[in-house]
Amino acid sequence: MTELALILVSTVLVNNFVLVKFLGLCPFMGVSRKLETAAGMALATTFVLTLSAVCSWMVQSWLLEPLGLEYLRTIAFILVIAAVVQFTEMVVHKTSPLLYQVLGIYLPLITTNCAVLGVALLNVQESHGFMESLVYGFGAAAGFSLVLVMFAGIRERVAAADVPVPFRGAAVALITAGLMSLGFLGFAGLVKG
Amino acid sequence: MIAAVSVVAGLAAFFGLALGFAAVRFRQEEDPVVERIDQLLPQTQCGQCGYPGCRPYAEAIAAGDADINRCPPGGEATIHSLADLLDREPKPLDPERGEEKPRTVAVIREDLCIGCTLCIQACPVDAILGAGKQMHTVIESECTGCELCVEPCPVDCIDMVPEAVTIRTWKWPRPAATPRASEA
Repeated sequence: MTELALILVSTVLVNNFVLVKFLGLCPFMGVSRKLETAAGMALATTFVLTLSAVCSWMVQSWLLEPLGLEYLRTIAFILVIAAVVQFTEMVVHKTSPLLYQVLGIYLPLITTNCAVLGVALLNVQESHGFMESLVYGFGAAAGFSLVLVMFAGIRERVAAADVPVPFRGAAVALITAGLMSLGFLGFAGLVKG
Repeated sequence: MIAAVSVVAGLAAFFGLALGFAAVRFRQEEDPVVERIDQLLPQTQCGQCGYPGCRPYAEAIAAGDADINRCPPGGEATIHSLADLLDREPKPLDPERGEEKPRTVAVIREDLCIGCTLCIQACPVDAILGAGKQMHTVIESECTGCELCVEPCPVDCIDMVPEAVTIRTWKWPRPAATPRASEA
């Protein structure tokens, strides 16, 4: 149990996927213009990341490992992720048409979110068990959501601020992300103690 | 090699089946009646029916909240085809909603336009081109003749003129819109 809690804290804060491992930067920059879309994207990504972490763990340990086909990992995981995203899209369309409209194009884009594949591959690399994979996936998603929503909030304020002309747009967003990343580096000392 | 191919093929087949099943299980039913009513409406988006556009009016008709005789631009032809589609008695156009007029387009008297953009905001189909403090003009082919831009103009420089018939714009008279036989 302690270990699971540790994994959760470590993925959310210490080894945050976006700000420390630099995965999933495209949605981080792309969807963070408005708080609502960021929150929607965070929700959908959480769902997909957790589910795909578990599914890819199952594929890895029940299919690829027994057959000695570990080298097929990447392509098999991509297949899993694509299927999970499609499935999520259908479920969201059915259960919440409103959320579906809000997410729109962003939902299929999760397929190409490298954090999703990153989580699946890192689970294998660190030989996580089922529960560990689940928590790792969920933690990564929670960290992603946290950072995305925070960043969207900051960007909404930056948009209203008087930014020097050469820094407007993507430049100031990247600088902001860098500063947030610096801040998150501070969590690195959290686990040692 | 064979194991690898069969594993990937098997995975793909499994996910394909699962997604196919999910597609049937989670099918999103859209109301086909709304769709078909919307097709019969003239899409002027004028709001004379009391709804913000043609689609909301179609939804209201389908839900039974609105009668079929509230669309002046469509006139009698639309009422008849709606009555056919919904199996109701056609009735005359509701006079409260306006009267049937020949098709008109808005024309901005450009020397009077002060560039206030109020008509641009009022236009439901984005048929007015212009920018702040610049002269505006109407894209004639996009204009639905809804008259929504006439009211907001502070200098009254928008006229509704009947659509000019020239060799280039003359069309065969529109057939009365009726649901296709295969659908009805």
